[in-house]
Order: sequence, then structure tokens, then C-alpha cells
Amino acid sequence: MTWVLSHLNYVAVIVVMMTGLFIVFSTSNLIKRMIGLAVFQTATGLFFISLAKVSGGTAAIRIGADGPAAKALAQQLDPDYVAQHGVDGVVYSNPLPHVLILTAIVVGVATLAVGLAIAVRIRESYATIESDEIAAQDRAGAREAGSAS
Amino acid sequence: MIAGLDLNLAMELVLLGMLVVLAGAIAYTRKLLAAVVLMGVYSLVSTVWLVLMDAPDVAFTEAVVGAGVSTIVLLGAMLLARGESEKHGQARMIAPALLAVGVGGVLVYAALGLPDFGNPSSPANAYVGRAYLEQATSHTGAANVVTAVLASYRGFDTLGETAVIFAAGVGVALLLGFVERSPGRLSASAEEHHVVLRVTAKLLIPVIALYAFYVQFHGEISPGGGFQAGVILAVAVILHALAFGLGETMKALPAGLVRGCAALGVLVYAGLGVVSIANGGGFLDYDHLLPRDIEAQIPAWLLGPGNHHWGQFAGIFGIELGVLLTVAATMVTLFYSFAGRAASTVRGVRR
Amino acid sequence: MADLLALAGGGFAIAGALLSILGALGVLRFPDVYTRIHAASITDTGGATLMLLGLGLIAGAQFLTLKLVLVWVLILITSPAAANALANAAHSSGYTPWIGAFRIMRAGEKDPARPASRDGAAPQAWPPKDDGGTIE
Repeated sequence: MTWVLSHLNYVAVIVVMMTGLFIVFSTSNLIKRMIGLAVFQTATGLFFISLAKVSGGTAAIRIGADGPAAKALAQQLDPDYVAQHGVDGVVYSNPLPHVLILTAIVVGVATLAVGLAIAVRIRESYATIESDEIAAQDRAGAREAGSAS
Repeated sequence: MIAGLDLNLAMELVLLGMLVVLAGAIAYTRKLLAAVVLMGVYSLVSTVWLVLMDAPDVAFTEAVVGAGVSTIVLLGAMLLARGESEKHGQARMIAPALLAVGVGGVLVYAALGLPDFGNPSSPANAYVGRAYLEQATSHTGAANVVTAVLASYRGFDTLGETAVIFAAGVGVALLLGFVERSPGRLSASAEEHHVVLRVTAKLLIPVIALYAFYVQFHGEISPGGGFQAGVILAVAVILHALAFGLGETMKALPAGLVRGCAALGVLVYAGLGVVSIANGGGFLDYDHLLPRDIEAQIPAWLLGPGNHHWGQFAGIFGIELGVLLTVAATMVTLFYSFAGRAASTVRGVRR
Repeated sequence: MADLLALAGGGFAIAGALLSILGALGVLRFPDVYTRIHAASITDTGGATLMLLGLGLIAGAQFLTLKLVLVWVLILITSPAAANALANAAHSSGYTPWIGAFRIMRAGEKDPARPASRDGAAPQAWPPKDDGGTIE
């Protein structure tokens, strides 16, 4: 039962990721597509963070093991567990994926802005943001250019 | 073995369930405004989940970026592209649904072989991560291991990310125009409608800016750092523009100056790396940031008790400053580009 | 004594959470935008205030309680301003409120069940019909 519950985390994040992928492929609206991509990106970030969690751990900021916060945390845990997996008497969660995802989030919004800027310019050129109408206009334009030359 | 922590697991699963429902709602709705607002709610629920996963730095960033700047940029794009809703399309859903289910199935099959959630001896948590936890504070003098890893151990990665953010800002400015002339003030009738917002903004903007600097300078001892502080500072500027009009904000912070600050941030970051080379170390090797004779003359009271890592301290401080400049200036540039184009579109310059 | 305070704090926090749920229910069930704004601001002021009060009682007298008070002050400043901005935007777009079963119609409107927005764009009907996937 604990096995199912613990792996349910990963399954839920994968479901969110696939929903984002579905949004990207099923819609023809450019802005909705960017939103789907943003959902996909943040879900990937959440997957990384869920890999980094340590049971009974706290945030990766070194605190003294004799302080009140560390003592309150250690009360809830098995002393052998703290001795084996803790660093200087306190159990921390793994900080490395946090570093990767922190910058990825800010880069994600910057690239979202670039994608939306392209969508805005497309709207000004084609008067629409639905990709099948854009493709139809392109085909009509290519046919005219082909018949004219 | 661990009593009382199953409640944590239950809370996380409930929040993940909410995320699944939100993602489904974003897929289902056809109105773009609803999708944008749901995206903001999705970011907020992710923030709470991230706090439960012991990732306060990431939660910080997700809250400010996801619920703040991302929503503003999406609304700006919706305004410019005049997008309201997407079209019908039943037949389009079959192939993407099959693709999503197929890829999802493969991923779930792979995920079943992952270590248990929260396992401290998993390969991800036991080797490099643990080494960072053990050595980071003694090597860099920073209590926040995430900042130590981001700024010192993985400083080269962070330089790349900062450069990507700068490039994205330049890209949006190239696409949407380098709004040089400020578009003018709000009309008089609009001003009296916005009195409450303007008074509240006047109260809040200095507090937000102060908070941004607090987060910046406390990045080594508490959750924080350059990325979060940069976005918070940009949000203060955007609040000013929303309450008082883009023209007023551009008088205070011209668009050219903001772009220059973004470039200056990357220059400061890479420049610190070059200074390290000039002093005999590697690129971004903070132990060689200052020549030995100057380092010996630093008075002990300047570093604070117990901090004897002058090079690391100066290096982390300097690059966080560079990151603050670039991130804040890029977010403001994004807002200026979208809002400036909207202003010129409304006045009938573009179709 | 501290246990009693913590118990009272827990009760306040649960009450605040219940108020938030009621606010969300109100946003879904109320008929027009102004009443929905009122329901949503119940979440901010009533719900958040009770929850912060509860958390403060649980925390006791530490520095943390001062931070909770500051968060409360911040919410009190921003939430009414947000509600005001929302109502302002709704009014500027031409939504006039439903009062009971009646609505004050703007000049030029013919049908009381279908209020039009100011620039004559897509009219808003009450009760809203389900055309698949729109969230009003």
C-alpha cells in the first residue's frame, strides 16, 4: 500500500505533464498552445522536485542541530534514521534538483514571452491566431504566387 | 517508522490531485481568459506543493513568476492578439489523446521502477546531493545550500541561464519594438476611476522594492537570491505602470536604460569569471577572486563572525547582483514591449 | 494553557478554511459579477483573517506571530483594492447589477434577459447556457 501511495506521486505528475502535451497538440490556437507548453514545463519541474524529497527532511538550509527548530524536527523522527541519513544531526532534503528547477522556471517564463511575441506578430500579419487558418492562408498565397509566375 | 509524516504524504497527494483537475480544466475550457486565470491558480497550487516538498526557494520563484509575470505576459499577448476563444474541433482530439496516453503509459511504466518517494538512499539523494549538503557551508560560508550550489558549485550553469533570460528579453524587444517614446498619461476621467488603486500602489511599491532587496541580500542565509529578487523588483515596476500608466513609468525608467541594465548584469557575472582568471584561478573560481595581499588586509569585522571565505562571499554576492540586474531588467523589458505595442495598437498605428 | 490556545487556534483555522470554501461556493453560485466579487472577497478578508488568527494562537508569542500580523496587514491593504479594481472594471465594461429579479437597463437595450456590453460585443445571457467549456 505504501508502495502504491509513494509511486502515486510520480503518476500524478506524469498525468499533468501529459495533459499539457495534449493541450499543445490538440489545439490550433497559438496562445492556448503556449499555455499548454507552460503546463508541461512546470510539471517536469515538479517531477524533479518530487525526486529530491527526503522523508522527514527539512529545507536545505543548514541549521544548528541544537537549535529549537532542529530539536522539534528530531522529536518526530527515529534517532537511528537521523544518525544515518542526517548531516550533523538534521535531515535535509536534496538541494541539487531545486537549483536546476529554480532557474528553469524563470527561463520558462522568458521563453513563454518570446513565443507569445511571435504569436502577436503572426496575428498582425495573418489577422488570426488559429494555426489551421494560418496554414490555409499560406497555401492560398503559395497557389497565387505559383499561378502568377 | 516515521509517525505523523503520513499526513504530509496525504496533503501532497491532495494537492497533486488539484493540479490534475486544474490541468484538465485548462484543456477543457475554450475561453482564453479562463485558461490564463486557471494557469495562475495552477502556479499557486504548485507553490503550496513545493513548500510541502521542502523547496522554499523554488516555491518563491514559482509564486512570483507563475502568478505574477507569466499572467501579465499572457494577458498582454491576449490583448494584442485579440484572442478570446479557440474554435471547435472534435476530430482533432483523437490523435493527440492517443499520443498523450501512449507517452504517458511509457513514462508511468518507467516511473514504477523509480525509488520510493522520500527515500534518502536513492541515487539522486545519496551521492552528489549529500556531498553538497556536507561541504557547501564549510567551503562557501553560505548557510543556504541551494544558493551555494547555484552561485558557486554550479555557477557556470547559472551564467548560461542568465544569458538565456537576457537573450529572451532582447528577442521580445526585437519582435515587439523598442518602445522608445513613452505613450502619454492616462486621461483625466481614467485617473479619477483609479484612485483606490493608485493610493494602494503608492503604499505598496516601496514595500515591494524593499522586500526585493531583503530577499536579494538574504539569499545566503534564508530562501532567496537573485532570481526571486529580480522578479519581485520587476513586479514593483509593473505595479507602478498598471496604476499610473506606462508613460509615467517610462519617464522614471526609460526603456533604453532598462535594456542597458540587463546587459550590465550579464557583463558583471561574466566579468567576475574573467577577474578570477586574471588572478590566477579558473573561470568563476571565487577562491582566486581577489589577490592574496588585498585579501589579507580585509578587517575581520567586515565579514561577520565565523565567515572567513572572502573570495566565495564576494563572488556569490557579485553574481547574485548580476542576476538581479538581468532578471529584473528583462522582466520589465518584456512588460514594456507588450504594453508599448498595445498602446500603439490602441491608438490606431497598427492593424 | 498553551494547549488550550493551540486548540482554539486550530478551531479558528478550520473556521477560516470553511469560510474560504463558502466563498468559493458563492463565486460559482451567485448570479452576477458584483455579488461574485463580494463572495470572493469573503475568502480574502474573513477566511484569511481567521486562519491567520488561528495560526498566531498556535504559534504563541514569538517573532513568527509578528510576521503573521504583518501578512494580515498586507492582505487587508491589497484585498479591498483588488475588489475595487475588479468592480471598477466590470462597471466600465457596462455590466449593470441584477437587483432581485430586475436589472437597470442601459440606453438602447431591448431585452432585459440579455444585457449587452458597452461596445456591443457578445451579449451576456442569464441564466448562462452550457455551450461546452466556457467558464463565465
